[in-house]
Amino acid sequence: MEKKKNGLLHEFTKGIIKENPVLGLVLGCCSTLAITTAASNAIGMGLATTFVLVCSNAVISLLRKVIPDKVRIPCYIVVIAGFVTVVQMLVEAYSPGLKESLGVYLPLIVVNCIIFGRAEMFASKNKVLPSILDGLGMGLGFTLTLLCMGIIRELLGSGTVFGLPVLSGFMSPIVIFLLPPGGFFVFGMLVAIANKLTGKGKQPEEIGCAGLKGCASCALSSGCSITGADASKEKGAAEDK
Amino acid sequence: MIKQFFAIFLTAILTENYILEKFLGICPFLGVSKKRDSALGMSIAVTVVMVLSTAVTWPIYYGILVPHNIAYLETIVFILVIAVLVQFLETVLKKYIPALYKSLGVYLPLITTNCAVLGVTMLVIDRHNSTPIYFGFNYGYAQALVNTFGAGIGFLVAMVIFSGIRERLEFNDIPKFMQGLPITLVAASLTSVSFLGFSGLVNGMFGV
Repeated sequence: MEKKKNGLLHEFTKGIIKENPVLGLVLGCCSTLAITTAASNAIGMGLATTFVLVCSNAVISLLRKVIPDKVRIPCYIVVIAGFVTVVQMLVEAYSPGLKESLGVYLPLIVVNCIIFGRAEMFASKNKVLPSILDGLGMGLGFTLTLLCMGIIRELLGSGTVFGLPVLSGFMSPIVIFLLPPGGFFVFGMLVAIANKLTGKGKQPEEIGCAGLKGCASCALSSGCSITGADASKEKGAAEDK
Repeated sequence: MIKQFFAIFLTAILTENYILEKFLGICPFLGVSKKRDSALGMSIAVTVVMVLSTAVTWPIYYGILVPHNIAYLETIVFILVIAVLVQFLETVLKKYIPALYKSLGVYLPLITTNCAVLGVTMLVIDRHNSTPIYFGFNYGYAQALVNTFGAGIGFLVAMVIFSGIRERLEFNDIPKFMQGLPITLVAASLTSVSFLGFSGLVNGMFGV
């Protein structure tokens, strides 16, 4: 019993740091870069994605024995798109301002590779409870990373955090951090810091995204092999290609 | 009218570049841009799928979804249309143009989950609505198609430029924790700065 509890706890916590979907697996980078111009946007996006992730993980895990293997990808897409539509309507009803600032990136949660990747890698092979916890953990990891980027970009770009002026007396805001180049730069630096802290080659091998067919566009081997394998292996992979 | 089409086209390529200014399609941008040939193949495949899917989704949206008040189903319908279209294109190419299939085929399955394709179909629907009709010719539809084609070409331009930069990166001596993704992102950031220089260009040229 004790062991089982630890297992469940592990499913929950692994997504937050050890297998962080954005910094570790480099999934879902489009929305990470696009909407992190303010910390409040980052939280909204993170929560919306977490909701979709938990729901779709639960449903796909329930249906894992019903869905035939050959048509699983269209099935997953329909389930995910359904929940994204639900989220869209909820956000529109309760927080129109958030919908305005997220814009087209809200419906684009459908093609967020984190959700698709977890459905394929985890929910289709595991029972409902671990899948829900996995979704919660991964969603939390995603939200925290977004929040981190959002705070950095908002602080440097407009001198505020959650709209409260923080830097007004010390320095004038560096607007480029709000523009696309700043997004790329901050994301690059965060990945570098994560690499430095975790140490390359410590990432578990099984997380490699190479086996993921439909999601391969996002879970590209480059991103994964770089974070997931040590330098020598990375070189080998590059030569293989 | 021609002038306006040209302005839309240039805006989509330069000032609103889907990768560098809108962050759509970042994943293939980071993944497939290691070699110039694969970057070119991927971008051509993306452009074809983008134009075809807009050609299908725009009439579906204004012809079926809006009149029946089910526009909120747009996400589900569009993603299914794109998935079916990609599958269809793959089958057709395999049967009739095997040479092209060999060069583009590997990229096709990756495109369904490419956010640039879904993103462009949704953005052009918001931007170019169906109201202006001249001589029975739907002006908004043509605008949407031009915009989509421009977005595809912009995707191609960014991919090819960036693949050139990445080929150079391979030979540089980079600190260990910056190797791979971080340095690529910093390079992308600098490329993006250069595209910022185009802002205002189209307005200045065409006065629209």
